[in-house]
Formats: sequence, C-alpha cells, structure tokens
Amino acid sequence: MQKVVKRNILGYKNNESKSQRAPFHSTAGSLWTDGAQERLDPQRFHVPALIKPVLSRLWRSVAIVVAIAALNFIIVHMAPGDVADVMAGESGAASPEYLADLKQRFGLDQPLIVQFFVYMGRMAQFDLGYSFRFGRPVASLIFERLPATLILAIPTLMLAFVMGSVLGVVASRRVGTWRDAAISVGALVFYATPLFWIGLMLIILFGVKLGWLPTGGMQTIGANYTGFAYVLDVGRHMILPVVTLSLFYMAYYARLMRASMLEVFGQDFIATARSKGLSEGRVAYRHVLRNALLPVVTVLGLQVAHLLGGTVLVETVFGWPGLGRLAFDSVLSRDVNLLLGILLMSSILVVSTNIAVEALYRWLDPRIGAA
Amino acid sequence: MAPLLDVRDLTTHFFTQKGAFAAVDKVSFSVNAGETMALVGESGCGKSVTAASILRLVPDPPGRITGGEIIFEGRDLLSLTMREMRKVRGGRIGMIFQEPMTSLNPVFTIGDQITESLREHRSISRADAERRAIELLDLVRIPDARRQIHNYPHRLSGGMRQRAMIAMALACDPALLIADEPTTALDVTTQAQILELLDELKRSLGMAILLITHDLGVVAEYAQSVLVMYAGRGVEAAKVEDLFHSPIHPYTRGLLGALPHPDDDVDSEGRPLPLNEISGMVPALDAMPAGCRFEPRCSYAVPACKMTDVRLAPLAEGVRSAACLRAADIVQDQP
Ligand SMILES: Nc1ncnc2c1ncn2[C@@H]1O[C@H](COP(=O)(O)OP(=O)(O)OP(=O)(O)O)[C@@H](O)[C@H]1O
Ligand SMILES: [Mg+2]
Repeated sequence: MQKVVKRNILGYKNNESKSQRAPFHSTAGSLWTDGAQERLDPQRFHVPALIKPVLSRLWRSVAIVVAIAALNFIIVHMAPGDVADVMAGESGAASPEYLADLKQRFGLDQPLIVQFFVYMGRMAQFDLGYSFRFGRPVASLIFERLPATLILAIPTLMLAFVMGSVLGVVASRRVGTWRDAAISVGALVFYATPLFWIGLMLIILFGVKLGWLPTGGMQTIGANYTGFAYVLDVGRHMILPVVTLSLFYMAYYARLMRASMLEVFGQDFIATARSKGLSEGRVAYRHVLRNALLPVVTVLGLQVAHLLGGTVLVETVFGWPGLGRLAFDSVLSRDVNLLLGILLMSSILVVSTNIAVEALYRWLDPRIGAA
Repeated sequence: MAPLLDVRDLTTHFFTQKGAFAAVDKVSFSVNAGETMALVGESGCGKSVTAASILRLVPDPPGRITGGEIIFEGRDLLSLTMREMRKVRGGRIGMIFQEPMTSLNPVFTIGDQITESLREHRSISRADAERRAIELLDLVRIPDARRQIHNYPHRLSGGMRQRAMIAMALACDPALLIADEPTTALDVTTQAQILELLDELKRSLGMAILLITHDLGVVAEYAQSVLVMYAGRGVEAAKVEDLFHSPIHPYTRGLLGALPHPDDDVDSEGRPLPLNEISGMVPALDAMPAGCRFEPRCSYAVPACKMTDVRLAPLAEGVRSAACLRAADIVQDQP
C-alpha cells in the first residue's frame, strides 16, 4: 500500500485536529502535565523532599502571624473606648482622677505608636501581658480555656468532614433519586439556617422538651465527677454544641463532595476504570473518591478560621467555657491585652492547621510535590 | 468459522431534552479473530458510541442500547449479567481511548493501574502482578519498566501514556482490543510508532483489533476490513483492498476523492491543491432526512432516495455490501 497519508477525513492535519476537536481535554491535559514531560524520578517520597516545602512554609507562616498581630493591634485600637472607660463606668463614680489613674496603670496614656512597639516587642518574647479585667496573665487564661474550645472544634470538624463526605458520596452515587434529593435538600436547609437558631431549637427539643441532654455548661455543677464518670459527663454536655456547630459544616461538605464526585465521575479515566471490569463500588471508592477529596481537603484548611468564629456563637449559646466566649467577653469589656492574645492564638492555630492540610494534600495528590 | 465479534443491528439511543435519537442505528459488522477491522467516519457519526456499546459502557442516562445483538465468543453480550459483563471488560476485551492525557488516573502509579486489572481478573499475588506489569511495560517498549511502574502518569509524555494504556488493556490477554482513535491526540511521529506497535502486538499475541479512526490512510495501512459509517449508520462494508480499489457508496467515493495522494498533493508550482471535499454538511440529529441520510449531499441521488430508508445490503460478489439504491449502477460504471 501507499505511504500513510497524514490527513483525516475532514481535511485538516491530525495535529491541528487535536486542539480543534477536544479543547477541553487538551487544557485538562496541560493542566495536569504542568508542561513537564518525562521526568523520570520515582523517588518522590524522599523524606527531605516532603519536609523542605513544609519548612519553607513555616518561615512564611511566621511572617504571616507577625503581620496578623500588627493588624489586630490596629483594628482593636480603632474601636472607641478602652478598658478604663468600661471599668470606671461599672464602678459608678467615675471621677476624672480615678480614670487617669487607671489609664496610667495600664499604660493607656502613652501615644498609640509607643503602645504598638511595646506590644510587638512583648509578642516577640511570647509575653502576652496581663488581662486588665481578670488581673491574671493572658497566657494562663488562654491555656485554661483552650482545651474546652479544642474538644468542641476538633470533634466538630471530624464529624462534619466524615459525615458530610459520606452523605455527598451517597448522593452522588444515587444522583436523581429520592435519596439524592433528600440529602441535597437537607444540606441546603442546614447550610442556610443560622447557627444560633439551630442551637436554640436543639436546646428546646432535647434539653427542655425531652430532657435527654444538658442544655448548657461543660459539666454538671456540683456533681464533682472524677475519672470515667467525668469524661462521660463532659461527653454528654458536648453533644448539643458539637451537633449544632457541625450541621452547617456537614451540609457544606456534603454539597461540595457531591459536586466534586459528580465532576470526577465524568472524567475519562473513570471510563478507563470501568473498561477494566471494575465494579461500580470499586470505581466510586477507589478511582472517584480519591480524586474528589482533593478540593474538599483544600476547603477544610480554609474553614478552620471560620470554625473558630462559629465557636464564639456556640459557646455563647451553650454557656461553654471556651476561648470563644472569653474573646466575646474581652471585646465587651475592652480587655485589649486579652483580646489580642486570643486573636494571636487563633491565628497560630489557623496557620498551623493550614500547614498540616497542605502536607495532607501533598500526600493525596502526587502531581503537586517535589518538583 | 464464526467471527470473534459479530455485531448485528446494534441500535443505541440517547434520550435528551430535545427528544430521543439513535446515535447508532442498526449497525452491523463483524471482526474475525486475529484481524484488524476499522470503523471510519466523520466526527459525530457514532463510532465511539458503537465502541462503548460493545462493552456496555454507554452512559445511562442519557444513553441506552435499544436493539440488536453483540455476539462475542459465541455469547450475546447484551444478555449477560453485570457480573459476567465485568469479566469480559478488561478480561476478554481490552479498550484504549483517544486521550492518553486524561485516560489514566492521576493519583495512582502506572504500576498500580496495571496490576489493578490483573488482580481483578486473576487470582494472582501482588508480587506476581508486579512482575507481570513490568513484563507488559517491556512489551509495549516503555524503557526502564522496572522504575516506570512506580511513576505517576503526569511524569510521562502522551506517547508513553498511550503505551501504558495499551499495556493495561493487554494485561489479561484479551482476544479483542478496541482502540478508539488511539493516536488522534498524538503528534505525527508518535502516531506512527503507536500504530506500528499495535500492529506488531496484534501479530505476536494473535488478538483482533477494532480500530476506530477518521484517517483513511491509517485504514489502508493497518486494517484488513472496514465499515464506513455516516450519521449513525453503516454505509459500506468491505475488505480494505476492495474499498480502496473500487469504492461503491457515494460517501466513500467522496472520502476517497478527498484523500490527497502524496504525489499530486501539490501542483506544478509546488502549491497545495485544493481538496476534493464533499459539499454540504452532515444533517443535524434532530433533522435527519427520512430516506437515505446522505441523499442531500449526494451527486448520484435520484428521487427514490428521498423515500427509501436504504440499509447495508450485500452486493452480487457477496463479500462486500453498501447502503445505496444505486449501488448496482455505480458498480457497472466502474472501469
Ligand atoms: N453522553 C451523550 N449524550 C448525548 N449525546 C451523545 C452522548 N455521547 C455521544 N452523543 C451523541 O452521539 C453521536 C455520536 O457520537 P460519537 O462520540 O460516537 O461520535 P464519533 O464518531 O466517535 O466522533 P469523534 O470522531 O468526534 O470521536 C454524537 O452526535 C453525539 O452528540
Ligand atoms: Mg469518538
């Protein structure tokens, strides 16, 4: 036969046809290939290769935390009034002498710029100063309250992530059925309903009407439980606040997971997986899920800050003695040192979870990494 | 001897908001063991849907196989249970796709994706599966296979990925390989290499290939028999030599006229000659003519063509068939 003629039926040359016929795929391809052709290095999971980017992230994170601290200071001082005004107001007789005395004691009579450098200098030495209000070191106040917030936030995030993902996966596998409809509508409702309202309704239902669960606080007052009984008691008190806080995030992850799964189901490599004879379950849980998790994990990192904001609300509604409520109180009483300390603590929490999430992402997605 | 694959009157519908339409309309063809059979036709004529229908991989919804039989190794694939069908997929029939860039899962290594197929179809230990994966990569001439099995797809070029896809499809020694435009997304040199590789593998492994392409040059070089498709239907089936020597259906004749010959590609001054293209357009799916679908573009058309829903019918010689009312006249006209 004659030589192969490199021209197809439509009359254009084959290499032109590539971009004309499949613009979507060719962009997807270049996105994934990163412009890199054969880089032959199977030693991806070399330890230094994994740690190095984390280290460089660490330096950037320190810079971010410092910038946040400075910004916090400026914002907090833009609000009118200070702790002396509040305390003088509360004590009733606010003579100008008393006020001046208070201000001098707290260093509030200094020019703002001096206060700023004093503050940043103290931060650099991890000295968070004294709370005007409680008369105690801010650091010890924070570390006293931090565990209460963590036992609220961590289970919330885990519950929301796991349950939300499961619901999203179920909905995506039964797309268009009543199950999908129920999950999607439920997710939309909880996504759109204000947290405090859900909290109050749950208190009314399970605490007041049914009497199954305690309505507030972290432990039964006066019971003085110890050991396992104490853990159980705290556990019972945790249920309502954790559920309240997780419903929103669960709804969010369910929606995100469903959309992400559906997108991956439409990818070419899923057709490949099916053509190998894999079962639908294996296709969904091995080939789709792993890829669909990537955007969800990204969002997980971004939402830690949002979650800390949510704890303020839930801790207030449920009288939970955590950092969120402490922050709320410190705002009301203009306890600047305490507020700045809590804000700094939160920013460190957020930045470090983001480092952890990034490491997780690197592990999940081989395309990003030691290049 | 019965053919390895015998597709009879295969019909696949898509049910969309605009209504139901048959993307594949009573298409019949067969593939003999050890031979390469080509499906050719313009973009959108239903080649990929035909291929997907054979493995019952048409996305449902919106698509569904609504008629016909697909006899493979003596059994009608359309009557198999899902479990039996899964044994055929990847076990007896392997498939490779058009886009090597997106057809491999980005989060698993090449080795993982090959061994997955082996472990699905055979009870084989992890170590044996890995050994076989290395063998397969050697077979498709991926250099340094031992290292490559630990690599992720994004580290490979398009040509290498398509080789990896082939290795995956061949993992369980299938009797038939369906290759849906396996080289369309590749550059010209790589195209030729991949097609050569497929041809060699066909010979050495004794498998059959259903080669989907819109490149008649590829058909001439690598296939033994061919079905030309137009707007969801088969319009001409023949041995490759017969088709190129004496095309019958006006559509095929148009395509071959449109196919430039290497020597008369340029005029006396070295400028490319205009292609002899078929005038007009493929009719839209929701506006198909009632009679012959090619009639609006056909220079042989007579009034009866508008009315007659003409289907692939054997010609006197017996080994070839065409879906054309005027086939007999056209045959007579030929020198
Ligand atoms: N999922 C789908 N939903 C609706 N219509 C579809 C779907 N997949 C394919 N079709 C329709 O079926 C027809 C045949 O498509 P098919 O992909 O088989 O064409 P093809 O011959 O493979 O073309 P190409 O050369 O571009 O690959 C097209 O008109 C297309 O619009
Ligand atoms: Mg196609």
